[in-house]
Amino acid sequence: MADSVDQIFFHAKQSLLSPLADRAPDWLIQVASSLVNIGALLGVFLSLFALMSVLERKILGRMQNRYGPNRVGPFGLFQPVADGIKMLIKEDIVPVRADKIVHFLAPILIAATAILSLGIIPYGRNMTPFVIDGGILFFFAVGSTTELAVFMAGWGSNNKFSMLGAMRAIAQMISYELPLIVTILPVVMIVSSLNPDKIVAAQSPYVFGFVPHWFVLTPWGFVAFLLFFVSGLVESNRTPFDVPEGESEIVAGHMTEYSGFKYATFFMAEYIGMFAVSGLAVTLFLGGWHSPSPFLEFIPSYVWFFAKLSILLFVYIWLRGTLPRTRVDHIMNFAWKFMLPMAFTCFIAAAVWHYAGRGLSGWLWSLAVIAVVYVTLSMLLETKKKFAPRTYRFAE
Amino acid sequence: MSTVAFATITILTLAAALAVATLQKLMHAALSFAVMFLGISALFFLLGAEFVGLVQIFVYIGAVAVLIVFTILLTRHDTERVRGFNWSGVVVALAVFAGLIWAMESTKSLLIGPPQIQPLTVQRIGELLMTSYVWPLLCIGVLLTAALIGALILVLEEKRE
Repeated sequence: MADSVDQIFFHAKQSLLSPLADRAPDWLIQVASSLVNIGALLGVFLSLFALMSVLERKILGRMQNRYGPNRVGPFGLFQPVADGIKMLIKEDIVPVRADKIVHFLAPILIAATAILSLGIIPYGRNMTPFVIDGGILFFFAVGSTTELAVFMAGWGSNNKFSMLGAMRAIAQMISYELPLIVTILPVVMIVSSLNPDKIVAAQSPYVFGFVPHWFVLTPWGFVAFLLFFVSGLVESNRTPFDVPEGESEIVAGHMTEYSGFKYATFFMAEYIGMFAVSGLAVTLFLGGWHSPSPFLEFIPSYVWFFAKLSILLFVYIWLRGTLPRTRVDHIMNFAWKFMLPMAFTCFIAAAVWHYAGRGLSGWLWSLAVIAVVYVTLSMLLETKKKFAPRTYRFAE
Repeated sequence: MSTVAFATITILTLAAALAVATLQKLMHAALSFAVMFLGISALFFLLGAEFVGLVQIFVYIGAVAVLIVFTILLTRHDTERVRGFNWSGVVVALAVFAGLIWAMESTKSLLIGPPQIQPLTVQRIGELLMTSYVWPLLCIGVLLTAALIGALILVLEEKRE
């Protein structure tokens, strides 16, 4: 019973394709199968986007001691429908001096790359839409084209704020892509595969019968997960790292000259990019679709995946409600002086863990490596700077 | 199926390459350069070399195309100026093409059949890089680190002035 519930989507797809199975040629079946996958992905993640946009406003409202949207539908749940209609019927303004083609293509490209990167994530048992040997590499190869799309948006708008926003976005994306990629290296090295399914499978056993073998529970994995999460936060331009669209400084960054549905497309791409990075974090460090305990395995795998995903997404919203915006130069310094050395330390700590036998002694040794580097780094960076009491000249 | 795919990809790649050479605005040319790289990586995928295809996207679109675009942005003030058509460029290109064709035709390599090789999976590339080719890999690593430090030193000295 539990097994059939677990595989319900897999069987549904098979029965959907069964009329084709014997008659149609192979390539047609392949194309049809891909189309089913794409349709399912778009359906699930676009509704998740709609849900997320209203939940984010509700949770932020709760944190700021106000109601949030509550007019449309029960608890304001139909707010995204109203927003969607509003966005669709808004006037689409293209500046006269803009580069029309580039201005038009930028939102399409940015949404396409965001959606493509969703394809390699295993959402459940037998539920990877796009099985490819170098799946992790595919994720980052597709993600690296986002920079070009952001640049196209900034340059095509022919606007100073757009260009400045695009420059900020690209600078911070390039800086944080490095720690983002280096933090996945230990996982790839330990599993010795770039295939997301194999990475999930490597986290399936349980230690002592109940502790899950997730990489986040090792010292190197925990640090790598934190670094990955912060880098993912920067890559998706969310608060506290939303300087590319800091509205008090540069209007809306590279999206300044976009209106109506094109603006909505940028907005959607940002959220989908966030889902993709969180999904990859779940896959790499939080055991993918595996349940945290063997006796909870009767709950279907995809439920576990989306539960973990929604916890990460909640943390995103929580951070947005809590932290102020960081300064541009602070973000850069943080990337190069702290994130990158710590990411390389994770790499070495994972090697130590592996050669000390992947057991308790390896656990302690890798913890020691990380602790030594962390303490040295914080001494070198003088984080314990002594602040003089601040003097105000006018606001006494 | 693969013939149709090959034809489509080749036509798109060649069209993008032609656009790079003929488009009037420099920035458009640079962006169609990225489209051409995408076509080349699609060809690698079609040949079953997915690792090379992914690295092609990673390096050429994610890094080289962004670098070209930035170079244009930071060095030229006339990106909007209309470029003229350069006939001498066509002559040079044709001459180089003819020379390459002649060189290929005059070797015997066209007569040798392709050897039977295993498909290059990411795993096999990784194993080979860590065993047979570990010294070249280390040398490239040292070279790239030296280049990185050199770039940093260049930037530092500029700041001091």
